[in-house]
Amino acid sequence: MSLAIDILSGICLFTGAVLMIISALGVIRLPDLFTRLHGASIADTGGAFLLLIGMVLQADTFLVAIKLGLIGIVLFFTAPTASHAVAHAALIGGLSPDDPKANQGKDEAEEDRT
Amino acid sequence: MVSARTFSLFLVLFATWLLLSGIWDPFLIASGAVSSLLVVYLAHRMSVIDGEGHPIQLSWKLLTYLPWLAWQILISNIAVCRMVLSPSMKLDAGSGWVSASQKTPVGLVTFANSITLTPGTVALAVYPDTIQVHALDRSGIEELKAGEMNRRVCAMEGQS
Repeated sequence: MSLAIDILSGICLFTGAVLMIISALGVIRLPDLFTRLHGASIADTGGAFLLLIGMVLQADTFLVAIKLGLIGIVLFFTAPTASHAVAHAALIGGLSPDDPKANQGKDEAEEDRT
Repeated sequence: MVSARTFSLFLVLFATWLLLSGIWDPFLIASGAVSSLLVVYLAHRMSVIDGEGHPIQLSWKLLTYLPWLAWQILISNIAVCRMVLSPSMKLDAGSGWVSASQKTPVGLVTFANSITLTPGTVALAVYPDTIQVHALDRSGIEELKAGEMNRRVCAMEGQS
């Protein structure tokens, strides 16, 4: 029984870690702020929750599992709120949500000025 | 005098205290009860114990909505991973408007948060009857326009 739980939690932890790496890769590879936000949201959801599930399966007391669950609840509400705040700020700041190339141009202009 | 909502806020706060402390001695339990009461009193004075501050009206319906949302998150996680890992990375990113038919602010926020929580779509701006959405692939917007998530959030929100 405990072997089955170990295997299951190992799978969750490994998949979560892989998702975190893919998410980081996405932030590097995707072209502009809005699309990069989608890459980052893999880490917010799939990555974070799989890691938490893997850790809950390894928790040796009920109280530890509850605390991990509370972390999950906090992430569940704050992650989309933060993503929305960044996206909304970018929209108001004048980035075009429809044209990644135009936004790249703006990024480079910003770098030249500094 | 004490409404069900106020009482449930106290229970939630007290349960949180007990579960986080995990020490069952009378002094700590008593101080937990006192501080929970104090917080309930402050929340009552600030008039934040309502359908927005402590939305107990959602509790049971959430149980049917959350598994569906988790499934959606799983599906779109795989889709976004595929796009990130594809060597050519032909993106069709763009934004669009999705109508939101929720009647309460809590429902609208739940819908917008669900959109953002699902990888591949982000809520850019929220208005009372529409949400501007950015998607990594335009098919994501078409899927939202079809209205399945909108309908499910409305069903969860119910009439309050």
